[in-house]
Amino acid sequence: MKKLLGLLTALLIFTVAGAQTELSMWYHGAGNAAERDTLLMIIEDFNNSQSDWVINLEEFPQESYNESIVAAALSGNLPDIIDVDGPVMPNWAWSGYMQPLNLSEGALDDFLPGAVGVWNGEVYSVGLWDAAIAMFARRSVLEANGIRIPTLEQPWTLEEFDAALETLQASGEFEFAFDPGMAWTGEWYPYAFSPFLQSFGGDMIDRSTFLTAEGALNGEEALAFGNWWQSLFERDLAPGTSQDGADRETGFIDGKYALQWNGNWAALAALDAYGDDLLFLPAPDFGNGPIIGAASWQFGVAASSENPEGANAFIEFAIQDEYLAAFSQATGLIPATQSAAAITPNYAAGGPLEVFFELSNEQSLIRPPTPGYVVMALVFEKALADIANGADVQDTLDAAVDEINADIENNNGYGF
Amino acid sequence: MQAKNVRGRNYRLGIYARYATLILIGLIFIFPIVFMIVSSFKPDLQLLRDTSSLRAFLPVGDISVDNYIEAFERAPIGRFIFNSVFITAVSVGLGLFLNSLAGFSFAVLEWPGKTIVLAVIIATLIIPFETIAIPLLLIVNFLPWFGLEGFTQGWLDSYQVQIIPFIADALSVFLFTQFFRDLPKEIIEAARIDGASWWQIYQRVLVPISGPVFATAAILKFLAMYNQFLWPLMVAQSEEFRPVMVGLQYFFQLNVAWGEIMAYLTIITVPVLIFYLALQRAFIESIASSGVKG
Repeated sequence: MKKLLGLLTALLIFTVAGAQTELSMWYHGAGNAAERDTLLMIIEDFNNSQSDWVINLEEFPQESYNESIVAAALSGNLPDIIDVDGPVMPNWAWSGYMQPLNLSEGALDDFLPGAVGVWNGEVYSVGLWDAAIAMFARRSVLEANGIRIPTLEQPWTLEEFDAALETLQASGEFEFAFDPGMAWTGEWYPYAFSPFLQSFGGDMIDRSTFLTAEGALNGEEALAFGNWWQSLFERDLAPGTSQDGADRETGFIDGKYALQWNGNWAALAALDAYGDDLLFLPAPDFGNGPIIGAASWQFGVAASSENPEGANAFIEFAIQDEYLAAFSQATGLIPATQSAAAITPNYAAGGPLEVFFELSNEQSLIRPPTPGYVVMALVFEKALADIANGADVQDTLDAAVDEINADIENNNGYGF
Repeated sequence: MQAKNVRGRNYRLGIYARYATLILIGLIFIFPIVFMIVSSFKPDLQLLRDTSSLRAFLPVGDISVDNYIEAFERAPIGRFIFNSVFITAVSVGLGLFLNSLAGFSFAVLEWPGKTIVLAVIIATLIIPFETIAIPLLLIVNFLPWFGLEGFTQGWLDSYQVQIIPFIADALSVFLFTQFFRDLPKEIIEAARIDGASWWQIYQRVLVPISGPVFATAAILKFLAMYNQFLWPLMVAQSEEFRPVMVGLQYFFQLNVAWGEIMAYLTIITVPVLIFYLALQRAFIESIASSGVKG
């Protein structure tokens, strides 16, 4: 009898397990043990929390994840759930790789603006975290040089920032007053430097139509930004495009640079080096408000998914505060909601990285949410490198505008 | 007598100068490898700081095997190496056989249109792989396969998709054709007179005397296959089938783990060195005799 009961129980378990529909999920974090462990914990909790769905995770290295997704989309092999870098999402949605999310009403109400991926009026993706950039500085250095410590309410103006750089350079204590991070090519350029342009009043594209960069990237404000940008290198205030990658990594900690434009992912190492002396300052206000980039990796549902309700159920499960906090704890990134930040040691009130939540909340502007972003990001990167290397500012910006506009035209306006 | 001494001294100086130059050139080639191995034992911060001085090439400072331990924890390195070695070994083995047969056909046999066919094959050398990657992806996605699970459609996420499209290659066919063409025709004619079939001539006459070209083709194909990146990136969707070059990407995180990267590179360089050293003599012989360089 006992054997029979055992057999029946096993059969029941097997039947229940068999009834669960498998959902495939691709993630960009291969090689990152902290992210993997946290994601696996969320998946396990989700799998155990209901009997309809079971997630099957496949991880890819971040550096080549996008290429893997595009190849899978071409061959019709996309999984149910994908993760996508925020600025790339509109391109994938427009290309037909993704479908809009279908989450409960109010599920995203408290999220940081950069953690919600919206395109064409619909939410396609949501992130468990965001990243933020700050001006890394040392209180002792600023005070010794008589430089005001800026706040979110009263950030440095262009004149103040410029004067601070001149003063720091003239002190002779540093190789360069300011390290914007020229050695980090690729997405770093539009992510980190387009906010400077936007703060000057320009942009990578005219956001009222998303059909042209004319006026936005080569207008008066953009020209003022370009001239200032070039002057940083002409005046030897910042290392140029030939900056050694090693110096970018350790230059601020080694005392070669007085100020460094860097992300919250580098904050803990800098805190280790400088402790209480370290400051994470807001972006300077170049005339149009202090701005930093926003939007990091986010979860979405593939257009080809045959089980979108299961995929949405997982995403809604994953964006609970406890998991946002767990991810933040594991990676050091900013939890996507205030309530989740409050339960993390780093971002809670009085935590060493608390300031980054406010910086993200108050200053962030997402990169242009258009499918054409992937092309304009490359054009923008090249233009900024060329200007830094002494190219004529107006000509370079005009050429960049032509290239971006030609791409938009070739793609019939990307649906705008 | 004095003139002879001067000549001798000049000769010796010439030798010294030549060796000094060769050693200098040798050092230029060996320095990156020394840097890689030495750096693999250093923590990240020290590694980056040392790059600005000669310390970069010296095992000084905080030396440990931590990077190796952490590299093995971060990625399934054993699986990646097995995949690469397996894919490469099968591709090289089958490639040598099929491409040498093709070369034999072009060089020895007479058949109509062979000059045109050979020209077309060689012309494919100028087509970059990137241009055919997507059409190839679409083709292999619809090809049938019969394996342990019976008939399936699509080759994605498998070993065969990383091997079969690369077995035949124009460079190998060209190398074999050239080598076989340069062999004395009398050998083949003698074998024919003795009643040998074409297969016997290939197998018993040509292959035994063609070690150098086999070694050259093997090394070139080995390097091409072992360094494959774009194709496996597109077709190997699960970790189970990923090769070493895709595995390298595991180490490029927000904060790049440079020490672990150096450890990983040191580990994956070992199979290449073993393979090259095993075939070095034949490879050099081939270069010396045919002038064909890798």
